[in-house]
Amino acid sequence: MLMFLGRRIIATIPVLLVVALIVFMMTRFAPGDPATAIVGDDASAANLHRVRSNLGLNDSLPIQFGRWGWQLLQGSLGESFFLKKQVSELIGQRIEPTLALTCLTLIMTIMIAVPLGIIAAWRHGGWLDRMLMGFSALGFSVPAFVIGYMLIWLFALRWQLFPVQGYSRISDGLGPWLSHLVLPATTLSIIYVALIARVTRAAVAEAMTEDYIRTARAKGISETRVLVRHALANAAIPIVTVIGIGVALLIGGVVVTESVFAIPGLGSLTVDAVLSRDFPLIQGITLFFSVVYVVVNLLVDISYLVLDPRIRY
Amino acid sequence: MSVRHVLTAFLAGALIVGTARPSLAQETKVLRVVPQSDLKILDPIWTTAFVTRNHGYAIYDTLFGVDAEGKVRPQMVDEYSSSTDHMKWSFTLREGLYFHDGKPVTSADVIQSLKRWGERDSLGQRLFAAMENIQAKTDATFEITLKQPFGLVLEALSKPASVPPFIMPRSVAETPSDQQISSYIGSGPFIFKTDEYRPGERVVYVKNPKYLPRREPASGTAGGKAVKVDRMEWVILTDAQTQTNAITNGEVDLIEWVPADQYTALKSNPKIDFANLVPKGSFALHLNHIVPPFDNPKVAQAALMAVNQEALMRAQMVHKELYNTNASIYPTGSTYNSDKTSFFTGKPQIEKAKELLKEAGYRNEPVVLLYPANFAVLNKFTPVMGALLKQVGFNVDMQSMDWPTLVSRRAMKNLPTQGGWNAFITGWNLPDNINPLFYAPITGNGEKGWFGWATDEQLENLKAKFLVADTQEERQALADSIQQRVYDAGILAPLGEYKQITAIRKDVVGGIVTSPVGVFWGITKN
Repeated sequence: MLMFLGRRIIATIPVLLVVALIVFMMTRFAPGDPATAIVGDDASAANLHRVRSNLGLNDSLPIQFGRWGWQLLQGSLGESFFLKKQVSELIGQRIEPTLALTCLTLIMTIMIAVPLGIIAAWRHGGWLDRMLMGFSALGFSVPAFVIGYMLIWLFALRWQLFPVQGYSRISDGLGPWLSHLVLPATTLSIIYVALIARVTRAAVAEAMTEDYIRTARAKGISETRVLVRHALANAAIPIVTVIGIGVALLIGGVVVTESVFAIPGLGSLTVDAVLSRDFPLIQGITLFFSVVYVVVNLLVDISYLVLDPRIRY
Repeated sequence: MSVRHVLTAFLAGALIVGTARPSLAQETKVLRVVPQSDLKILDPIWTTAFVTRNHGYAIYDTLFGVDAEGKVRPQMVDEYSSSTDHMKWSFTLREGLYFHDGKPVTSADVIQSLKRWGERDSLGQRLFAAMENIQAKTDATFEITLKQPFGLVLEALSKPASVPPFIMPRSVAETPSDQQISSYIGSGPFIFKTDEYRPGERVVYVKNPKYLPRREPASGTAGGKAVKVDRMEWVILTDAQTQTNAITNGEVDLIEWVPADQYTALKSNPKIDFANLVPKGSFALHLNHIVPPFDNPKVAQAALMAVNQEALMRAQMVHKELYNTNASIYPTGSTYNSDKTSFFTGKPQIEKAKELLKEAGYRNEPVVLLYPANFAVLNKFTPVMGALLKQVGFNVDMQSMDWPTLVSRRAMKNLPTQGGWNAFITGWNLPDNINPLFYAPITGNGEKGWFGWATDEQLENLKAKFLVADTQEERQALADSIQQRVYDAGILAPLGEYKQITAIRKDVVGGIVTSPVGVFWGITKN
């Protein structure tokens, strides 16, 4: 197990190096110059040159990449061109809303999608199955911003149950924290419920055709126990895998949802960084998301050990 | 626990949490403002971003201000005088000026602040070039001695845009002008809460309890800057729909700049009123003079003749009450606004333009028109302008991009086929063009000038004369000549003026002070 973990961690180093190189090249070759955005309408050639020089943008690309690499080795993600703060500090400031939104979405998704998928598989082909699958298709097809605005209109503007925007830190109280997250988390959940419910249904339905299910039923075990203890346990691996993939998709969904609900998280930080061509910030966030993705995949792989005793690394 | 139990528990929990709506009532009076954009740069001398300038007016003070009529009024200055030839100026600071850290404002702070500003601002550079010296006489008195005539000393010291001469503590103003300051202590009516600053989320200011407002009523950036709330929070909401939802729900009190597409929704909302925080701004078409075809002034004139202000403004602003046409390069109602506009009328002169193009020998070169497709404030103009130019006979190549790309692309001096450009449209605030020397794009000094880089000796001579003109009559005549020269050289075409609408919560927010730039003193909250 430890050997496996060590191997996986070492294997992430070249992955992160490639990600770092690609994101560095993308920022430099994409159109747009942060210096022109900084100096604004009064820009003269001399001013532009001075600002570019201060930002280190007049150096050759290998020197710029080397400087960033050296910073990374020293544990620094660099300093934002515009905000003049360490990228790690900015990520730290914005991570709580994104983490809270992602966790709450995942919890809501799993609590709703897995039971829905099991019920659909249990009543395979019936009206309940068709209805649930129809809902899944709808949830997966409607864009997040449409769902978001509909929920805002109904729950925030008409019924005034929740605020329309913003985020309240957990340190300011659990009630305000949850009330700011319910609508965005529901928006995101609807999409992932659709995805995970479909996978759960397919996996459980397949398991229900296996001999051990027939044996369990022949032994007189209750249908609920058959479903949960025998079918779901054996269908867990594809479900956990798709949840892992879902986390990656969630990062994309968070960007849109944070924008609709004006949540000051990493998604909106990413959009701002890209629009202002804040190179160190774009690089830092992308690298951070890559690490998160690698870690999630590692956790999924480790979960296989728990879910299926036959698997050994 | 069954699936049914889990679902029931979840829904019940959601309902309980939902009803626990956060209390928006505060013991202190908090004004929640949606600024026009996120505040990312905190040094108003280092950048020309409007939002940073507004932040500057909140926490810093200026020696002079500009009132609602555009007149220069003393602000931090108590008394001032000049010699009969206007070559020597003496200023005395008023009593009771303190920085937020409790230290008094002295002449040394003022001089160092002006020096730093003079290295960044174009008019500041001209002022310092004309200056023999600036020296402190006492802690409260300083003198400026000129070595050559400079007719705009007070206008420069009251300049509300692009970079106003804000007064900072000497130690802060000693920061090199090509680096950002890292301490945000001013002597203005608001104190910036550094510890609560979260870019992308919110910016917090509190009332400066030691600020001594002037006795005159607030007017523009002049007069008594009395703060009527305890705390002001800038809530960063970039999505227009979210802004509208937030003010409807009472989560914010004021939206500084309502996008035109939200105007109808807010107008019909009984909870919302409109106010004029900033009176107006303008849009202009800018041409590149160092590459064909606009290196030929006649071709440039033909492009100006294609302009149909009514059609362009209607497309962008949609509602008639949100715009007006104006053939002058100076704002309607401002000192130098005039109808001496040479051939330019703001109305299309298609046949005349076609003839001029023929006469100029236009060879059907592509005209690369930069199109900021993602920038809602400007993105309706370009397709209409493209169609108008085509109508005249130009071979238009409209290239779509995001605004940051356009901003860097316009700095390229290459041929359009090699990443350069021929024309683009941008917007200006009122203080940008109230004076020909403030208006950045009207330059005739070639590649040293603003994007477009026109070379026009006549224009530069007129501007030099304006700078040293003694009387208002002389200045008016020169401003007219400058305007005519701008059109004859085909430097730019004004497209019209927009009304900047500010949305406020009805019966909750009042006391808006209309100013050339966004200011927040005087605002009350019930």
